[in-house]
Amino acid sequence: MTLNNFLILSAFLFCTGLYGTLARRNAVLVLMSIELMLNAVNLNLVAFSAFRENVTGQVFSLFIITIAAAEVGVGLAIVLLIYRNSRSVDLDQADQLKG
Amino acid sequence: MPFVLSTMVAQTVVFWILAVVMVAAAIGVVRAQNVVHAALYLVVVLAGAAAQYILLVAEFVAWVQVLIYIGAIVILFLFGIMLTRAPMKPDGPLDNNQRFAAGVVSLFLFGVLTALLIDAYGDAPQIHPKASMVLKGSPTAIASSMFRNYLVPFEVVSMLLLAALVGAVVIARRD
Repeated sequence: MTLNNFLILSAFLFCTGLYGTLARRNAVLVLMSIELMLNAVNLNLVAFSAFRENVTGQVFSLFIITIAAAEVGVGLAIVLLIYRNSRSVDLDQADQLKG
Repeated sequence: MPFVLSTMVAQTVVFWILAVVMVAAAIGVVRAQNVVHAALYLVVVLAGAAAQYILLVAEFVAWVQVLIYIGAIVILFLFGIMLTRAPMKPDGPLDNNQRFAAGVVSLFLFGVLTALLIDAYGDAPQIHPKASMVLKGSPTAIASSMFRNYLVPFEVVSMLLLAALVGAVVIARRD
């Protein structure tokens, strides 16, 4: 169980989340992929916290969990508003702001 | 000594089992053609991450992960899926036409990150979860660090939560 095991696992999770964010059309699925990326960062922080035997990494991962909760709340509210206005959560059709 | 050795072997075995499950479920999140299945795969990834935290002797973070991510955020996602009436059988594909480019970008990033990590931490010593780390990951230690060293960020996060709460209500209100 080396530090690199955890770091590479979290790099994989981050890249999977990046793929999902870029390749999905459904807005709820894009938000889920963003959660994957935030989790990868958390895993990194906790792994470094255990490696250095320093509690700061865990404190910061708690902050990230809080911010992720706030982000999902506001994000889903925006998705609901988009759905109410255009009857669809397809991000390719949500181009009203396009010039 | 044999006890320490067998503990480390057990930790490594548990890590690899969890890692394989998490990788498979993460691919499931981005590949599933059913929105509810993607949410259920996300639960598996989040629970695997919580188990990894326990493996790293971060007990409090693990239970916060279970409470907030699996207990609250996934339920929020399921409500979002329900309210946007995602059909069980989608009429169109859930992926857009940038799939190939997105795959190239994320594979490239994964390759770069892996090479960089092996270069930087390839010879780092093993992580030995010890009895002394149990105290370091306890709620007492986290609370004293948070309220001694990170009090201002804590207050800022609480204001952010309040603002997000009010903002979500204002955005989603129907009138």
